[in-house]
Amino acid sequence: MYSNLIIDLMQIIMLTAGSVVVMVTAAFKRDHAVVCGLTVFSLFAALLTFVFVEPLLPMQATQLLLIDEYSLFFSNLVIVGAIAVALLAYPYFEKHAIQNEEFYILLMTATLGGVVLACSNHFVSFLLGVEMLGISLYAMIAYPIHAPTSAKFPLEAGIKYLILSALTGAVTLFGIALVYAYLGTLAFDEIPDALAAAGDLGAVFIIGVLMIVFGAGFKLSLVPFHMWTPDVYEGAPVPVTAYLATVSKAAMLAVTMRLILASNALDFTPIVFILTLMAAASMILGNLLAVMQENVKRLFAYSSIAHLGYLMIVVIASAGISNAFAVEAMSFYMLGYFLMSIAGFAVISAISDCEQEMDSLEDFRGMFWRNSWLSTVLITVLLSLAGIPLTAGFIGKFYILSVGVEDGLWFLMSMLIVGSAIGLYYYLRLIYIMLQKPEQGTAADRAANSLPVGINVVMAAMTLGIIYLGIYPAPMIATIQSLASAF
Amino acid sequence: MILVWLITILFAGGIGAWLAGKSNPELPRIIALATILLDLFIVILMLLAPGVLGLESANNAVLGQPGEWLVLSSYDWIPRFGVSFIFGVDGLGLLLVALTVFLGLMSLGSAWHEITDQPGFFYFNLLWTLAGVIGVFTALDLFLFFFFWEVMLIPMYFIIAIWGHENKEYAAMKFFIFTQVSGLMMLVCILLLVFFHYQDAGELSFSYFELLNTDIPSEFAFWVMLGFFLAFATKLPSVPIHNWLPDAHSQAPTPGSVILAGVLLKTGAYGLIRFTIPLFPEASQAFAPTAMLLGVISILYTAKVAFAQNDLKRLIAYTSISHMGFVMLGVYAWTAQAVQGAVMTMLAHGFSAAALFMLAGGLQHRIHTRQMSEMGGLWGAAPKMGFMALYFTVAAVGMPGLGNFIGEFLVLLGSFRISIAAAAFAAIGMVVAAVYSLIVIQKVFHGENKHNLVVKDLTTVEMICFGLMMIGLLWMGLYPQSMLDMSEPTLRSLGVLFFD
Repeated sequence: MYSNLIIDLMQIIMLTAGSVVVMVTAAFKRDHAVVCGLTVFSLFAALLTFVFVEPLLPMQATQLLLIDEYSLFFSNLVIVGAIAVALLAYPYFEKHAIQNEEFYILLMTATLGGVVLACSNHFVSFLLGVEMLGISLYAMIAYPIHAPTSAKFPLEAGIKYLILSALTGAVTLFGIALVYAYLGTLAFDEIPDALAAAGDLGAVFIIGVLMIVFGAGFKLSLVPFHMWTPDVYEGAPVPVTAYLATVSKAAMLAVTMRLILASNALDFTPIVFILTLMAAASMILGNLLAVMQENVKRLFAYSSIAHLGYLMIVVIASAGISNAFAVEAMSFYMLGYFLMSIAGFAVISAISDCEQEMDSLEDFRGMFWRNSWLSTVLITVLLSLAGIPLTAGFIGKFYILSVGVEDGLWFLMSMLIVGSAIGLYYYLRLIYIMLQKPEQGTAADRAANSLPVGINVVMAAMTLGIIYLGIYPAPMIATIQSLASAF
Repeated sequence: MILVWLITILFAGGIGAWLAGKSNPELPRIIALATILLDLFIVILMLLAPGVLGLESANNAVLGQPGEWLVLSSYDWIPRFGVSFIFGVDGLGLLLVALTVFLGLMSLGSAWHEITDQPGFFYFNLLWTLAGVIGVFTALDLFLFFFFWEVMLIPMYFIIAIWGHENKEYAAMKFFIFTQVSGLMMLVCILLLVFFHYQDAGELSFSYFELLNTDIPSEFAFWVMLGFFLAFATKLPSVPIHNWLPDAHSQAPTPGSVILAGVLLKTGAYGLIRFTIPLFPEASQAFAPTAMLLGVISILYTAKVAFAQNDLKRLIAYTSISHMGFVMLGVYAWTAQAVQGAVMTMLAHGFSAAALFMLAGGLQHRIHTRQMSEMGGLWGAAPKMGFMALYFTVAAVGMPGLGNFIGEFLVLLGSFRISIAAAAFAAIGMVVAAVYSLIVIQKVFHGENKHNLVVKDLTTVEMICFGLMMIGLLWMGLYPQSMLDMSEPTLRSLGVLFFD
């Protein structure tokens, strides 16, 4: 029986063991390549153990963690993101003046936090995961601060993230405490029964849930908790930005969706109302503010605010439509968004390193004629973000529109259309800048001729994934449908 | 399957041209030529000798659907949503596919000498645009239709943004945003339609045939129809959402303008005939007076604006909107003659507008200006060009004997039955057409050659293209029955009012 438990928790155990091994190796032999290779290896090992875990699903592992197909999907997504970031970080930190091995240890622990969040079914594991992810991220964001020259402003970004994260963490804790005080349980599944038993105490529960939602809203960069996003995205090193944009959001979204569905939180009108406002504001503000950006990382930051706004439509609609459909839509969209974001940041990472980051719009001028591989990847990413057919982004947007139509969320859908229209402008503008003839712009970019293998692999895999999901999504949809049917 | 081949050949040819262009700049245009000729050959076979391809000349419908379908094939794509690959072509579709491939050849002719910069990527975009448009004309699954609707936009955006003229960024952006936003609204309405069908019939399906008789609650019917109408009216284009066209057409390179004016505009009209009206008959009937009014306003207003232009391509762009006003009027009159007239106008305008844009573009390529105030007296310098310009201008005016006259006349005849006022005002459009067309000849080719321009006359390639289009327009003008016969069964099955 315990052996089943161990197999069930295999991914978490592998990640923990992996972090320890990487740490010990780094202590004995400081070699960037060895440590990075070991990190990627242990992440792959953790990823591949899912074949052992799968026959045992679903299984509640301790009170805190529920390993089912849904959590396995998101755990795998988190681990793939970590592998990609490790591959991007290697060439980025090559020239780093101070030791760069600790970065990979932090990456492993952050991934561990993400996986815990994906499997979380209890407020305690929720907190554990958030904190593990958060604290590792503080250090990752601020990693280059002691280097003599750093490309961006990691100290500012790190402090901003730290303080705001701590603040919202405290708010979340308060919310969890309120919920516990009146319901007497910390497990997600037991909340509806406890609510029914507790009688007319809806108001306190609502406030508690809202405080937890605010905490989640911070990590998911929803308006009005989005203020940290552009500054931290820009200030952090590019691989860390990639990690923030994808893994952190995917893990948080997985656990938030589980919380909202398990606790029937959307039965309460105030919660639906506030979530609607947050979603609408994110869609509009995220796109509007992106229009004026000159820096590509900030542009991606605001774009991610908008995309999480679109995703919120699915969360809100889960009240009126079947839970399974909502989870299906959310999972597919998150998968597509994941691929797009990693590919996009991979392109920026390909032309940057820890001494100089090429993240301004001007650095991309005429890129299409100088390096068509990088530009093709970025153009595919931008078209996918805009929701143009042939890409995964379109199928995702199609899912969101289907969910919205079925639930009759006309206000949110019109906000989505307005937001998408605004979004088109800045995505097309970046494409246009890349298409301009070289003599019209600066010639600034590193030797983008021979890219490191790792970055090429990441970009190729992500781009192929985006196009494959855009043209032939049926197999993946079948997989996601089966994982969503548990709801 | 044959339709999938048409599209696949173009896709493959595009990729081949791009790859070839990296090593040899002469190769892409030859590959593009071979690709389009292959497609043209297949289309001609479909038109004249369908037996060779294994098709019956009438009703080879695999799915047993109403109407005379020449080809119909269906494959599963995303079963979870009831989305399948349904490609089908009937008389109307085949006419438009033939127009697309033929104008593709014409645009290739105009690009032959003009596109010297990055030809590989250019022909890639050109062929992919054509593939997208053929997809639009043959897709019968609403998801697939939307898919191709968007796919035909991206390569055209690239064509305008890279090889366009001085204001290309603005024009390309506007073109994309207008079509994309209206497309998004159409997507929402497609989903609504599918959702209502699901509530009605219990089955999730995006197939055009299944959705044809959906019961939509009356309070929603108008809005769902409106979403479709907006998307197609933006593409047509109709006043008041025509704003993108003058910029896009005048800033696009010549081959781009040929495809834009000749083919892309027809997708809007096709959408109205095939989807908007048959899917929402009552809502469309209620909306018809408004639509006809918009058509008439398009005809007259844009004619007036055209007259005021100094930029030659912009003028021709506005005349395109004016001609498409006739199409809108004809379609929403929904009588046999009016819709047949709309179809003829689509075909004839495709030829005449393409030719006019080729002339204007060729002129810009030679003297590097589009301003008519800087031209004049060019007949002496380039008599062949002058002759061609006169021929196609006369065609655009609606001279009997050429295709445009048949189209406009039928539209007026057909809509007279429905609304005398609309027909009367639209008829004024024919007068205004003469004004704006002849002023082009006057300003550009007649008068004195004040600026002492030296203009090289038409090249052989251009002469061949113009010659083919001349014959085409003459055929349409003298023997339109051949084409009207092809579209008649389609229109009957779509529910057009035949008073016989």
